[in-house]
Amino acid sequence: MKAGGGASLESRVKVSPPKPAAPPRPIVPERPPSKPALEETPIATRGFNLYYGAHHALKNISFSIHARSVTAIIGPSGCGKSTLLRSFNRMNDLIAGVRTEGEVLVDGRNVLTRETDVVELRRRVGMVFQRANPFPKSIFANVDFGLRLLGLRDRTEVEARVEQALRQAALWDEVKDRLDRSALQLSGGQQQRLCIARCLAVEPEVVLMDEPASALDPAATARIEELILDLKRTYTIVVVTHNMQQAARVSDCTAFMFSGELIEYDETARMFTSPTQKLTEDYITGRFG
Amino acid sequence: MTSPAPPRLAPLVASGPSFRRRLFDRGSTVACYLAALIVISPLALILWHVVRLGLPGLTPDFFFHLPKPVGETGGGVANAIVGTALMVLLGTLFSVPIGVGAGLYLAEHGDGRFGTLVRTTADVLSGVPSIVIGVAAYGLVVVPMGRFSGLAGGVALSIIMLPTIVRSTEEVVRLVPRSYREAALALGAPRWRVIQQIVLPAAAPAVMTAVLLALARAAGETAPLLFTALGSRFWSASLDRPMASLPVYIFDYARAPYDDWNRQAWSAALVLLMLVTLVSALVRLTVRRVPRR
Repeated sequence: MKAGGGASLESRVKVSPPKPAAPPRPIVPERPPSKPALEETPIATRGFNLYYGAHHALKNISFSIHARSVTAIIGPSGCGKSTLLRSFNRMNDLIAGVRTEGEVLVDGRNVLTRETDVVELRRRVGMVFQRANPFPKSIFANVDFGLRLLGLRDRTEVEARVEQALRQAALWDEVKDRLDRSALQLSGGQQQRLCIARCLAVEPEVVLMDEPASALDPAATARIEELILDLKRTYTIVVVTHNMQQAARVSDCTAFMFSGELIEYDETARMFTSPTQKLTEDYITGRFG
Repeated sequence: MTSPAPPRLAPLVASGPSFRRRLFDRGSTVACYLAALIVISPLALILWHVVRLGLPGLTPDFFFHLPKPVGETGGGVANAIVGTALMVLLGTLFSVPIGVGAGLYLAEHGDGRFGTLVRTTADVLSGVPSIVIGVAAYGLVVVPMGRFSGLAGGVALSIIMLPTIVRSTEEVVRLVPRSYREAALALGAPRWRVIQQIVLPAAAPAVMTAVLLALARAAGETAPLLFTALGSRFWSASLDRPMASLPVYIFDYARAPYDDWNRQAWSAALVLLMLVTLVSALVRLTVRRVPRR
């Protein structure tokens, strides 16, 4: 569906491989997704159903995500991939008329219960949105926001942590001289990396990304993808994407969804070369969607 | 695909002389300009009139002296300036916390039946004639206190300001992009922090403008002050006494049978206009600051 953009994008990234020379990346899910050890699955769902009013948006979804790896969720528009992502940190609570069944487990605990501390959950499971949404404040204040939520007051520590987060998001060198400027003056790609920095500052365990690059140009997209590959050494990343080349480039595992169902979930390499489901194959080869 | 092709139409030719269409275009443009001109002309006329008649009497004495007794010339509006400032300030102090709070409530939770009730009430309140609000404040404050007072005037003005602040706050808070709230919530911010640190600051300039509009209107209100603050010819800075104000001063002096007083009414009107302009300029300047670190 995005054939033209996707192709040029791929060629771009091949010219400059996203992995910088340095440290090795040991984490590739070596075991099949079916039965991993508990501590290795920061997020899992068990028979998870979600309804928007009468509309059955997610149908009986059960799968587990591996720690310190990138999991891509792909599928055509409206298949429920964003809804699934937003279930992991309960952002769907904001939508009236949403009803759920089953379990969403974060570190083995069901977070759909009434007793769940949603505020704490969202700190541990951070989120980056499709459109960069920095606050209309300074660059510093954007990153600082989450830290102050946690009650951090010590000036030096706050500054050190803001710098660390901006470095992790590969933004520090571009903004270190203008931390007091409005975040809205940054370019689209920079704004998105600022949002990533803001999310990383509170040290989440999982980072959810909802089409983080779909509103960006190819160069900015390539930077975000590099960043994702870099971050998975420390964080567990789940990324929803429309762009199959992107899923192939950045993810270790891929989940394919179609009209609310999880059709196939496997290691990305295997899924893109030998999908077991006809539907998956049709989608990946661009026959629909 | 195989349906028979429709018969070819003749080439399209513009109908009617193009001159007529151009004339109509010109005419509409001129009409719009004229309408815009008519909109600004009353204000221009008022300004011109007030400045022309008010400026001659605008001596330093006029600002810093009390009104002279009947029969003596000169005197000023010092007590009325202070009275208006005090009562408007008091009205703002009462109405801003309540109005902004209610506006936030309407924007965040006001989709239910109670929200509709509050919204309708605010709309009705903004349509209530100001003299009726004066009567209400008379019943609420003057009667229990047993005398006219600046406090009663402040309460009356706050009721005048309230509906504007409530509805404008609701509107601008609803305009704060949803993405800001989502971002803050996704960072683990509880709802009150989102409102306090993201929604309110983003809406603040617009809320400030609304407060300012309400304040400017309140500063010029005469009717609600007539039987609350009453007016005074003497120095009156304590809120439990009758208090002078510029609008009431203008009202009294404009209908007095002395030319001297009528001239002073024009000067007082000019002072009132200047004060309102000054306040709005100041607030606008402070609102348009760079974002805080």
